[in-house]
Amino acid sequence: MGLLYTCLKYLAVSLWSIFVIAPFLWAISTSFKDFQSVTNGATYIPWVDFEPTLEGWRALWKSPAKGGVDIVEPFFNSIFVTCAGSLISILLGTLAAYALSRFTFKAGFIRNSDITFFFISQRIMPPVVLAIPFFIMLGKFALLDTLLGLIVVYIVLLMPIAVWIMVDFFNKVPREIDETALIDGCNPYQAFYKVVLPNSIPGIIVAGMFCLIFGWTDFFFSFILTFTEVQLLPVAIVALNSSITPWWSLSAAALVSVAPLIAVAFVVERYLSKGNLSGALK
Amino acid sequence: MSLIASNLCLKADTEYHLNDVCFEMSKGEIYTIIGRTLAGKTTLLKTIAGLIAPDSGTLNLDGRDFGRIPVWKREVAMVYQQFINYPHLSVYENVAFPLKQRGMLKTEIHNRVMKSLLQVGLEGFEERKIQALSGGQQQRVALARSLVKEANIVLLDEPLVNLDYKLREQLREEFRNIFTAKASEDAILIYSSTDPVEAMQLGGQILVMDEGRILQQGNAKAVYENPSSAKVSQITNDPAMNLFEGTVAEGKIILSPQIQFDLPRHCQELPPEKYNFGLRAAAITLDEGGFPFTIELSEISGSETFLHLKHEHVKVVGLLDSVQNFNMGETITARFDTTHLYAFATDGTLKSSPYSGMK
Repeated sequence: MGLLYTCLKYLAVSLWSIFVIAPFLWAISTSFKDFQSVTNGATYIPWVDFEPTLEGWRALWKSPAKGGVDIVEPFFNSIFVTCAGSLISILLGTLAAYALSRFTFKAGFIRNSDITFFFISQRIMPPVVLAIPFFIMLGKFALLDTLLGLIVVYIVLLMPIAVWIMVDFFNKVPREIDETALIDGCNPYQAFYKVVLPNSIPGIIVAGMFCLIFGWTDFFFSFILTFTEVQLLPVAIVALNSSITPWWSLSAAALVSVAPLIAVAFVVERYLSKGNLSGALK
Repeated sequence: MSLIASNLCLKADTEYHLNDVCFEMSKGEIYTIIGRTLAGKTTLLKTIAGLIAPDSGTLNLDGRDFGRIPVWKREVAMVYQQFINYPHLSVYENVAFPLKQRGMLKTEIHNRVMKSLLQVGLEGFEERKIQALSGGQQQRVALARSLVKEANIVLLDEPLVNLDYKLREQLREEFRNIFTAKASEDAILIYSSTDPVEAMQLGGQILVMDEGRILQQGNAKAVYENPSSAKVSQITNDPAMNLFEGTVAEGKIILSPQIQFDLPRHCQELPPEKYNFGLRAAAITLDEGGFPFTIELSEISGSETFLHLKHEHVKVVGLLDSVQNFNMGETITARFDTTHLYAFATDGTLKSSPYSGMK
C-alpha cells in the first residue's frame, strides 16, 4: 500500500512537472528552429530531429526592414516602466502600509480595514472597467502613448498589491520594536527607517516581486494605452503573430520576456521562504 | 531626583487602565509594581516611558513636566517581558544602538558597551546575531541595552516571565545584584511583576496594583506584614492568602459548626460580627488534633507540597515543606496557626494583623 502510494505520488508530481516544463522546452526547442524545421511536422530534439540555428534569436535585434522583429526597444521600455512603476509603488505602498499598521484612522464609519480594502478593491475590478477612465484621463493630460503615462497607470495598479502585502507584514512586526527604538532615542521617522525597515526587507522583496510580475506581464493596459510611439514587450510579442508567424523568433522573444523574472526569482528566492524577524521577539 | 505622578487616569471605553494613580519615587530606590495580569502595570510603565499619554494627570521629574517630553528625549530605558532586540544587528550593535543615537564618540561607545556586556555576562558574544542566542541571552542583551544608556529611569516589565524556571531563578539572582548596583547610581529602577516571590526578593519599595489603581505602597516587609486589604493579601502572596468567611462570637472564631477556634491575642478586640479571615498557606499544617479536611488536590512543587483542602464551604491551601503523596478525596486533619491570622472586614479592609494588632 505504501509503495503504491509512493508510486502514485511520484507519478502525479512527474505529470505535473511535465505539464509545467513542457511549454518551456517546446519554446526553447522552437527558438532554435528555422522555417523548414517548423513546417516539416512535429520535431523536438536538436541535432536528432532538426538542425539547430540561431536565426530566431538573431532576428530579435534586427530591424523589420532587415527581416528581423526588433524587440530590443520594447524590452527596455518594459524594464523601465515595470521597474519605475514597481519602485514607486513599493515606496508609497510601504509608507501607506506602515501607517495603516501602526496608526488608527477614523473618519465617520471608515476604519483602517476599510482603507486597506479600498486599496485592494482596485484589483478586484475587471481591468476593462478601468481602461476607459484611464484612457480618457491620460488623454486629458497628454500622457497617452508615453512611458510616463504607463508608469502612472502601473503605480495605480501595483500599489494596492504593495499595500496589501506590507500591511500584513508590518502587522507581524512587533510594535514593541518600534517602541524600543523610540525609547532608545529614535524619533518616529528614525524608528521606521533605522529599525522597522531593515527588518521588513523580506516583505518588501515579496511585495516587489509581485509588483514586478504583475507589471511585467501586463498586456491589457499597455495594449490599450499605447499606439505607435511606445511599445512594451508583451504587445511587441503578440504583434509578431501575423499571417506568417515567425514561430522561431516568437519563441525566442517569449523566452526573453520570461528570463528577467526567472533571474529575479532566483536572486530573491531565499527571502521568499524565510523572514528576518525570528530574533525580534522570541 | 524624584518622579511624582499625580492623578494619572487612562480609560478605554468603560474600562480604566490607570485609575487615579499617584506616587512619588526617589532616586537610588528599586520600586516593584506587583499586580495580576491586566492590572495596569505595563500601561503605567509605558506612561512613564512616554509611549502612552494619559487622559489626565501629570508626571513630574525634578519639578519638570515629564509628560511634555517626547519619548525619544526622555532619559528612560525599558526592558520588555518579550525579548525585544533588533534582529538585523549584532549583539554589540544592539547594545551600542542607543549610544549611537546620542552621537557619542566611538571609543566612549565601545567602553560603555563592553562594560554593559560584562555586567550581564555576555562578553565574547559581541559579534553574534540575536537569532543565534538563547532566550536568556536575548534578555541579557535587552538588559545590557537598557543599562548602557545610564538612564535616570529604568523600567523593567516582567523581564523574567518568559524564561524557564531554572533560568528565571538564576537570572533573578544576577539581576538583583545588577539592579541594586544600578539603583545606587542615582537611578530610579521600576520593576513590574506578577510574582510576589520576585517582588519580595528584590526588596525595596512595592506598589500593589489592581484594575488600574494602586492599592498600597510601602516597603516590601511592611506590605507583606500588613496588607491593607484582602485583595492586596491575595496579590502579594503565592499561593494567594487563604480567605474564609467566619464570625466572631463569644471569644471564638466560627467558620463552620466543626471549625471553631479561640480568638488569637491580636484579634481579641474584634467586635462580634462577620469577617473575612486570612491565613497564609504556610500557617496551615497537618496535625492529628486539627480540623478534618478532604483533599481536593495535592501538588508537589520542588521540595514542597501544596494541599488544596475543603471542609463544607471552607476551602484552603496548605503548604508542607516536604514532598508527600496524598490521594484525592482522602480525609486528613489540619491545624490553623492562628497567631498568623489576619482579619479583614467584609468590605476587604484590614482589621487585625498578626504584626501590628488591631487597625
